Amino acid sequence: MEATVATQSATETWNGGGKKPLGASYGKMMMWFFIVSDALTFSGFLAAYGLMRFKFVDSWPIADEVFTHFPFVHGHYPMYYVAFMTFILIFSSVTMVLAVDAGHQMKKGKVTLYMLLTIIGGLIFLGSQAWEWKTFIKGSYGAVQLNDGKIVQFVDESGHQVALSDFVQRTHSERVAHTRSSGIWFMKEAGSVPPYTVNEVIESFKANAAISLRTEQINEDVKKKNIVSKEEGLKLLENATLVVEGANLKVNEYGKTLFADFFFFITGFHGFHVFSGIVINIIIFINVVLGTYERRGHYEMVEKVGLYWHFVDLVWVFVFTFFYLV
Amino acid sequence: MAHAESHESHSGLIWKVFGILSIITIVEVILGIAKPESIHLNKFLGTSILNWIFIILTLAKAYGITWYFMHMKQEKASLRRAVVWTAIFLICYLAFILLVEGGHMNDVLMPYLRWNY
Repeated sequence: MEATVATQSATETWNGGGKKPLGASYGKMMMWFFIVSDALTFSGFLAAYGLMRFKFVDSWPIADEVFTHFPFVHGHYPMYYVAFMTFILIFSSVTMVLAVDAGHQMKKGKVTLYMLLTIIGGLIFLGSQAWEWKTFIKGSYGAVQLNDGKIVQFVDESGHQVALSDFVQRTHSERVAHTRSSGIWFMKEAGSVPPYTVNEVIESFKANAAISLRTEQINEDVKKKNIVSKEEGLKLLENATLVVEGANLKVNEYGKTLFADFFFFITGFHGFHVFSGIVINIIIFINVVLGTYERRGHYEMVEKVGLYWHFVDLVWVFVFTFFYLV
Repeated sequence: MAHAESHESHSGLIWKVFGILSIITIVEVILGIAKPESIHLNKFLGTSILNWIFIILTLAKAYGITWYFMHMKQEKASLRRAVVWTAIFLICYLAFILLVEGGHMNDVLMPYLRWNY
């Protein structure tokens, strides 16, 4: 019956008539369909991650060995930081839904406050993500890449990773970064010179009996990376070509470069959604403060931007699971 | 538009949902750090039981966010189905194809991967 009876406010309907397809206003329904298409985009990315993960299931980096840092604290703290980020985002979702709730009751002051808290939560999340990226790019231990692209890492007797700076002895070397001014053609060296040469690392590895080598290969029985014997390690290091510190789109000290590529792409795309969500939230916040929706008689715009904001939170829940937990 | 006319506050429900989402997240983090061997080192339907627990908890969280934060519960069944069924069907389809394909690529690749030099 409801669909055939003309409602009082003709402006809320599609073309001035009384019918409301699916019982939702045009804007809200289109926001829902946008969310469906965006959800499919994200699931495309995550499924592509799954494809590569299943392809390299026996040598993929183990996430809680990669993301182990917490700001201002030294040591090994897997997961805590992303858990903190998750809470920030869920909490900003709560303040958003409280703003929508206050909007239904036409309480302008409460909408203003909760919108402001939502924006602050979003900014904290973006800042946290920037720190996460910085830490990932900087790296934690350093590793060596072999000529077929595999990464080998260094561990002590207890199997914990050792940073290159903790055992590599520097010998005098004349290696300097190639600059454009010293070249005969317009080129300069990509990236910076690694702090140690491959030879320094090999010599220090030979000299230090306590250090062993760990390959990317995962032992299926214990789901840990294989540690090889000293002799095997030396044989592997004969193929070493590059000292790697940190991660970027070309090389990744934690293992597969694809892992870094997906990390930057998926969290970056999500971070961009958070960023645009904050911008839209700020615009709506200004409108709330100016009283636009008070005059309009309803706060449906807050509801619509709220849908987008919750969607960003929803995506993060899945990124959190498939990047950090599984 | 039933909820547009009801002026009572739902903040009690909102905080309750927040509590449940928080508890699920805390359980996930504890399991992710502890990784109990009994559920981590086994295989069930293609992955470990621990991973299935993570996936189910994630879907529970997604339900909480969509139904209570995005007010999907109050929408008409037609809109709800148009959005939820479409997304779930297409995502399952995509994930199934890509994951099966990934497993196959691994089977093909494995014999050619050398770990000893």
